[in-house]
Amino acid sequence: MSETRTIAVTVNGVRHEATVPVRVTLADFLRHQLRLTGTHLGCEHGVCGACTILFDGRSARSCLMLAVQADGHEVMTVEGIAADKKVLHPLQEAFRDNHGLQCGFCTPGILTTLIELLRDNPDPTEEEVRIGISGNLCRCTGYHNIVVAALDAAKRLRQLT
Amino acid sequence: MKPPLFSYHDPRTPADVVGLLGSLDNAKLLAGGQSLMPMLNMRYVLPDHVIDLNRVDGLSYIHEHNGALDIGAMTRQRDIEFSDLVRQRCPLMHEAIVQVGHRQTRNRGTLGGSLCHLDPSAELVSVAAALDAKVAVIGKNGARSIDFSAFPVAYMTPALDLDELLTGVTFPCWPAGHGHAFVEFSRRHGDFAIVSAAVLIEEDNNGKITRASVTLGGMGPAPVRASEVERALIGETINDKRLREICEPLRKLDAVDDIHAPASYRRQLATVLPRRALLKAHERILAGRRA
Repeated sequence: MSETRTIAVTVNGVRHEATVPVRVTLADFLRHQLRLTGTHLGCEHGVCGACTILFDGRSARSCLMLAVQADGHEVMTVEGIAADKKVLHPLQEAFRDNHGLQCGFCTPGILTTLIELLRDNPDPTEEEVRIGISGNLCRCTGYHNIVVAALDAAKRLRQLT
Repeated sequence: MKPPLFSYHDPRTPADVVGLLGSLDNAKLLAGGQSLMPMLNMRYVLPDHVIDLNRVDGLSYIHEHNGALDIGAMTRQRDIEFSDLVRQRCPLMHEAIVQVGHRQTRNRGTLGGSLCHLDPSAELVSVAAALDAKVAVIGKNGARSIDFSAFPVAYMTPALDLDELLTGVTFPCWPAGHGHAFVEFSRRHGDFAIVSAAVLIEEDNNGKITRASVTLGGMGPAPVRASEVERALIGETINDKRLREICEPLRKLDAVDDIHAPASYRRQLATVLPRRALLKAHERILAGRRA
């Protein structure tokens, strides 16, 4: 029998109480139990970065955490980036306008990673952006337009403040 | 790619952890999870019990004490990266830690987790060897301190008893004005090093080396201190030609042969990387004196 625990976790500002098998990863909990399928699973061993979420405001790979570890903590997924469903976040707009994605599989992890990067460093250099997303694999773009989009997003966000 | 079945424990004190370790068979400690979780997902490890250290109080801190930095086992690599104290008092560790994985993994990964996982080319393992760190552990028989030179007992195997928990690490700091460099060769940014060199030197006013620490990571099961090179450096002034001569014997070190690189390539790196690191450390001493 699979051991379970009841956890309370705030995801994108909404508190959820759920019973989870203790071995379930945070990524699978988000996708299967909360039905937040924006968090993508590529490699499931911490290499590709597609499952990156913000855990208490810090980027983390949700495939390398257990759901029980999120008890009492705050998680933000790609679904929580935009303030409401009708308006894209400036980072997302910059990705759309600069062709910063092709198939889109890696995009959720890259967006969450960049939310943290641009929060901590609002005016990054190109090199800082490249190092910042070095833990995210993209097999389509060659990264160029992702970097362009990130720098454009930084500019848009600076103009807002 | 899902973890196997296990029982989960989340104790709140180090003493509770030791108690659990003493009473449970086939238990694994979960620190930052950046190595254990992939191993669980791939079922390389099949523990009956996972003891999560993330809710244990008092294991996350960075203090300066008696000319050394005391760092708690559960201190996140990110907190080491952004610590002014580490940057000022132990710049080697700062330079090494930004080469550990990526932001997303440093946010979770811990000092103690990295040392206990003991990957042969892990940056923090080499830093601990370079600085003659002391590892503090507690077990059912109380606390003890282990010199880092005696900490690795075999490939990825630390000198811990089954009921022992690593609680913190003491890194003796070198005096202001010393030179440091952490240089590694890896295929991609964030990868484990194929070979790394961690170097610390002190020079007198005439530029003669008075103290040296040279560590190679990635060559064998654990980092090696190049003690012959350390001795040969004393009294020397840094120049490229002399460093080539001094570092050449490192080509005779044992080296592993694996999918990432043949042994002969590692031995080549063993002669090159310490020289580059020593030149960089020397430049930093000069830059510090000019400032």
